[in-house]
Amino acid sequence: MSGFISTTPAERDVMLSRIGVSTIDQLFEDLPTEHYRPDLDLPAGLSELETWQLLRKLSETNLDLERHPSFLGAGAYRHFVPAAIGHLISRGEFLTSYTPYQPEVSQGTLQAVYEWQSIVCALTGMDISNASVYDAGTGTGEAARMACALTRRRRVLVLDTVNPRYREVLATYASGPDIDVETVAAFTSRPDGTLGRVTDFSTKIDDSVACMIIQQPNFLGWMEQVEGLSDALASVGAILVVIADPVSLGVIRPPGAYGAGIVVGEGKWTGGPVDFGGPLVGMFACRKDFVRQMPGRIVGSTIDGDGRKGYVLTLATREQHIRREKATSNICTAEALIALATTIYFCHLGPVGLREVAEQSIQKAHYLASRISLLPGYTVQSTAPWLYEFPVHCPKPAAQVNEALLGSGIIGGYDLGLEDQALAHSLLLCCTEVTPRSDIDRLVDVLGSL
Amino acid sequence: MTTTEHVEVAVQAGSPLRPASGHSIFAGRQEGIPVVFEKSVKGRRAGKLPALDVPVMDLDEIIPASERRHELPLPELSELDVVRHFTRLSKRNYSIESEFYPLGSCTMKYNPKIDENVAALPGFRNLHPLQPAATVQGALKVIHDIQRQLAEITGLPGVSTQPVAGAHGELTGILMVRAAHLKQGRMRRKVLIPDSAHGTNPATAAMAGYESITIGHDRVTGELDFEDFKSKLDDDCAAVMITLPNTLGLFERRIEEICRLAHQVGCFVYCDGANLNALVGQIRPGDLGVDLLHVNLHKTFAVPHGGGGPGGGAICVAAGLEPFLPAPLVVQAADGSFAYDAHRPDSIGRVHSYQGNFNAVLRSYAYILQLGKEGLGELGANAVLNANYMRALLADDFTFYVDRICMHEFVLDGRPFKEFGVRTLDIAKRLIDHGYHPPTIYFPLIAPEAIMIEPTETESKETMDAFANALIAVAHEARTTPSVVQNAPHMTPVGRLDEVRAARQPDLRWLAPVS
Repeated sequence: MSGFISTTPAERDVMLSRIGVSTIDQLFEDLPTEHYRPDLDLPAGLSELETWQLLRKLSETNLDLERHPSFLGAGAYRHFVPAAIGHLISRGEFLTSYTPYQPEVSQGTLQAVYEWQSIVCALTGMDISNASVYDAGTGTGEAARMACALTRRRRVLVLDTVNPRYREVLATYASGPDIDVETVAAFTSRPDGTLGRVTDFSTKIDDSVACMIIQQPNFLGWMEQVEGLSDALASVGAILVVIADPVSLGVIRPPGAYGAGIVVGEGKWTGGPVDFGGPLVGMFACRKDFVRQMPGRIVGSTIDGDGRKGYVLTLATREQHIRREKATSNICTAEALIALATTIYFCHLGPVGLREVAEQSIQKAHYLASRISLLPGYTVQSTAPWLYEFPVHCPKPAAQVNEALLGSGIIGGYDLGLEDQALAHSLLLCCTEVTPRSDIDRLVDVLGSL
Repeated sequence: MTTTEHVEVAVQAGSPLRPASGHSIFAGRQEGIPVVFEKSVKGRRAGKLPALDVPVMDLDEIIPASERRHELPLPELSELDVVRHFTRLSKRNYSIESEFYPLGSCTMKYNPKIDENVAALPGFRNLHPLQPAATVQGALKVIHDIQRQLAEITGLPGVSTQPVAGAHGELTGILMVRAAHLKQGRMRRKVLIPDSAHGTNPATAAMAGYESITIGHDRVTGELDFEDFKSKLDDDCAAVMITLPNTLGLFERRIEEICRLAHQVGCFVYCDGANLNALVGQIRPGDLGVDLLHVNLHKTFAVPHGGGGPGGGAICVAAGLEPFLPAPLVVQAADGSFAYDAHRPDSIGRVHSYQGNFNAVLRSYAYILQLGKEGLGELGANAVLNANYMRALLADDFTFYVDRICMHEFVLDGRPFKEFGVRTLDIAKRLIDHGYHPPTIYFPLIAPEAIMIEPTETESKETMDAFANALIAVAHEARTTPSVVQNAPHMTPVGRLDEVRAARQPDLRWLAPVS
């Protein structure tokens, strides 16, 4: 017996006899015999002990962020995760339940999703949130599709300061329905290493545009100038889509306050370890009047026959299991457990705790920037207000700088040359509340010695 | 009725002792748990950060005043408030860990605990997705190895674990189909989909820009209507999407012929892998002519479902389609090291921000390593054995939508209970009073009043005996005391909820009371 199967050979014989056959093979007579029971080229199964030893050893070959200073962000941020979260989401009742199709025995998950939706709305300043999408990248793709459906248009503008990975996913999602994605320059670079920003997009915005997608703060860590943007878009019937980092929403105004129609966010970093980038969880929120075009599951509160409050999956006539090819999206399984972790995180931190996480991240990053700006040959490249991440122009190519840092046991920043050759000397650095000053000082020392 | 009266009615009607788990979701009506915001006390908080260790700048110099946030309406709670609230919520959930979960098409098998420990290893959890490849060789080896394992299990050599859910794998696959046709200069418009398919199939086809054409089914065999398929198959078909076994739990006996005919007109065969649990170790879809298949790692390979994800939707494809896989792929260099292969000019591009649900993939990797070759063979064999055993136990009291040996699941016909005024929904709800999560109901859509049961291979004979007894008891109640069934469940914290009200008067978030 292997594979976590409890049936003994004696029980198997009783079962086969009850079925009315004498061998298991008789249950597979519908399968083509020439391909039945292939000889798989796989090794024999391992015991639990062997599995543990093998994988623990394998895990130790990685350079993990607990043991090495790191200034790598670029969309994935390490924040402190209170112990309570891991314990709560490991409870079997959350971990091993299915999507809540039978509400009477799933009130725990359903109420938790309702609370997630409430928290996402509170953070983003939007009216409606769904139960989650896969991540911010696919959320960006879904937002573009939703905006096209709402406006009956096929042209989407995306600023080039949006995370390049989200833009790649957007391009993939847009390819099927033939959505025309136009990348709009929102920054400029000069050979001397100075970066400038573009804030006037009026020539791009016309009545063929379904939406404009921006990220706040943007991929370079700066705050985009958002004033007037939603009005300019609304005047031609287009929608402002904002990709927001939930930590920033502890200190800066929510996208709902500056006219966003759809808001997407990555919820993973607030409640879970970086996990090599997955599973993630996409926050997805919108204006009330957009709800019928929203992708994904939505939980609502209602009552039972005796007037007792309870929660159900609702507005399902948008979804694939009801509407099939007319559904707003094909999404089914999403990221419920990660959404739960994020929900617990925000309940644990509260408004004061979240503000502190944001402020400490900001203070540490600005301390790092102030020290780097004193190093000869290095320039902090931020021409706009910025929060916890910033590009630095280095005297050498960023790839070489990173390599040298790694030689000193430091996981450096993100080499912006990977995105744009003109930025080959630019290193994107980030700090969060978990970055100790000693790591910052060490980084500065090593940079200064290069 | 009061809770006590409900329980009395339930017990009078031959119900149920409390389930052995003693689970509080079967203890009768309970008071609601307040929304977490309602427990907020101004000034209360959980935890604290270390004192800031760098010189403090004035925040007003960093963020323009116009961009600052002034109110943040999150709840204010102590850690004990938080722990107790979510622990209480958890107790209102049914789960595999304490009960049998026979949801057809969902493959709710046991999720081994060692997989959780492996997934929690700091050397895997604390890796940044953009670290240099040289610093994450262990993680890349996991991805590379499982690509090869899944290729071997499915008979399809090209694998990407970037898709994170079944529907996500479908979208990835159909976009690859589209890219492959475009590469040949073919602009096809249609995707053929059987009427028994999951709703995700037609929704996926639409997202990829295709028109869905429905193929009927044969009422007697329960399989796809072959003549209908042939009449609709032409050189405007980009793909046919087949679920194998199909959603009635039956193997499509003409699958090889379907593949052959499709290939003759340059049409790809996409296999929805939602039901792969029946086939693991028994047959490889790639050997039958299937071109693409997604694997639901959270079904077949034991990633816990988490109340609705995270899952994994790895896409496996035939050799000719490999160039179109999402980028980047994890590859092994000649020196044995692992790297990202981002230079894939024909790739459909990226479908996830990073490498997919790595931490879920890791669990499946641990699971496959433990099963090994023999265990994988036993997996599919026992899944099918258990389903047929359950089917035999129920044969005297129920009719089947199609009456023949099944694969990993089967569909009961709820229509015979209509004469007592009892519908499938009622049977499902009454089963809850007996301590069980109901099977999948009203799916597939082609089977009216469907009750779809999938025991999975990890359940024991006595668990299935007990469940069958409970379902038979409900059938008896439906015939003798239908009102008890019609008004069920009686034993849960809430009764049947008003879904019409939920949709007509949407209450989708907590709002502070207006003072």
